[in-house]
Amino acid sequence: MAEVLVYVDHVDGAVRKPTLELLTLARRIGEPVAVALGNGAADTAAALAEHGAVRVLTADAPEFADYLVVPKVDALQAAYDAVSPAAVLLPSSAEAKEIAARLAVRIGSGIITDAVDLEAGDQGPVATQSAFAASFTTKSRVSKGVPVITVKPNSAAVEAAPAAGAVEALTVSFSEQATGTKVLSRTPRESTGRPELTEAAIVVSGGRGVNGAENFAVIEALADSLGAAVGASRAAVDAGWYPHTNQVGQTGKSVSPQLYIASGISGAIQHRAGMQTSKTIVAVNKDSEAPIFDLVDYGVVGDLFDVVPQLTEEINTRKG
Amino acid sequence: MSLRIVVCVKYVPDATGDRHFADDLTLDREDVDGLLSELDEYAVEQALQIADAADDAEVTVLTVGPEDAKDALRKALSMGADRAVHVEDDDLHGSDVIGTSLVLAKAVEETGYDLVISGMASTDGTMGVVPALLAERLGVPQVTLLSQVSVEGGVVRGRRDGDSASEELEASLPAVVSVTDQSGEARYPSFKGIMAAKKKPVKSLDLDDLGIDADEVGLAGSWTAVDSAAERPARTAGTIVKDEGEGGKQLAGFLAGQKFI
Repeated sequence: MAEVLVYVDHVDGAVRKPTLELLTLARRIGEPVAVALGNGAADTAAALAEHGAVRVLTADAPEFADYLVVPKVDALQAAYDAVSPAAVLLPSSAEAKEIAARLAVRIGSGIITDAVDLEAGDQGPVATQSAFAASFTTKSRVSKGVPVITVKPNSAAVEAAPAAGAVEALTVSFSEQATGTKVLSRTPRESTGRPELTEAAIVVSGGRGVNGAENFAVIEALADSLGAAVGASRAAVDAGWYPHTNQVGQTGKSVSPQLYIASGISGAIQHRAGMQTSKTIVAVNKDSEAPIFDLVDYGVVGDLFDVVPQLTEEINTRKG
Repeated sequence: MSLRIVVCVKYVPDATGDRHFADDLTLDREDVDGLLSELDEYAVEQALQIADAADDAEVTVLTVGPEDAKDALRKALSMGADRAVHVEDDDLHGSDVIGTSLVLAKAVEETGYDLVISGMASTDGTMGVVPALLAERLGVPQVTLLSQVSVEGGVVRGRRDGDSASEELEASLPAVVSVTDQSGEARYPSFKGIMAAKKKPVKSLDLDDLGIDADEVGLAGSWTAVDSAAERPARTAGTIVKDEGEGGKQLAGFLAGQKFI
């Protein structure tokens, strides 16, 4: 069976959920061979093996942390040369997309980004994508070279499928470009204790109607009652009420959770682009004419400062 | 010595319009207005600020696109860019990101550059990979997704705010930079700027000028193929209730029914 390279997104050896989802999709096309780079690379092996990786190629070197993107491209290319895979899959993080793009042009292959589903086809893997603010669904494939495809979080359920996961050291020789962009410093983002926005099963978002940074506590309390991530509309972020890293929409993150709860968000096209593929959508808004109500499975026309705390209290009571 | 800045911009369909696909599964440009991609306005803004801070600098705005894409160039010129380059060729229709990056790279080299700046992604395709592809093709450092950028003494520095960390980056020129919508509000063109833009030079280039074969670009030369595009079915109308004191409890009931609680 053909091998499929899977680029591993991990933090010091802890594999992030989108990579595990990717392994599930990779198994539809062939046998996953995982590539883990940087500090803690070898520590990823157990989790990757449990989810179907037949082999885990690892490499660590100071270059991966000290310089931007290109050292990882060099390493993935080394893995590509060593394996001759049927496809190369990466998660759709900002960095992995850049790695994917540079690898694609190097190996003479087409690239598809932000797939939301993947299946085997007669002419290679077929990727499903959302287009034009998720108003269209397209099916695409790579027609030249070995397909390089990035897949969005929440595109598949994580499935355990124990495999050998044999760890092998990958030999990487760095290109001249590898040291072009120095990382002078790196400040890890402070953990809020909440799930990562793009990976969360439930997202609770606030917008203009929240009307102040301090009022986001109401949104956070609801999120915490559901174990959800907190999102914000561009209006709320531009007003300085919530960090840009939590922005949902065209210029922020695109999310596709099981449940999306929008409070005080009108539902402008820029916001819809980032959340329209959510499975169940709920909104609370004072304005019954707000376009968000066109999208919802359940909507409450009312003041979010009445409705949201009551909802939070009711959830906490039911959890008892 | 003059600092040569090239800003790569895209002419995109207005997201508030009715965007759809043409019969050949490329973007239908007939039925929807186009404009300068909003995310590229941030790139123009940073280019102008970097140019202002330099002793001597020239800002060239570059696009690859149909005749109408001149509108995007005019907007950037009216914001303050010095001149424009428009790569226009019928054979470019339907180019994918690999083909487009080839054309942009050749046009950037033809124009001459110390710094290439673009937005973080286009607002239509939203792939966000063109800056990385350009850096790869040009063989220069990529300093991408910056929320802050500055250039001094032939060195570009910037801050990249990622999912798990914030990084301070540095590279020597020449380099490719992309900026996010956090890099600073883009200026509005002044009346004077709009009038001045009409007199600024717009150079047209075609594939021959860039030494690119037609079969390397366009729909036929794409390294990807779109086999189908279907409009997402409209959502079935949901339940809407008016809060009369019990809205939160009613919503909790719905969520419990859906097994979220």
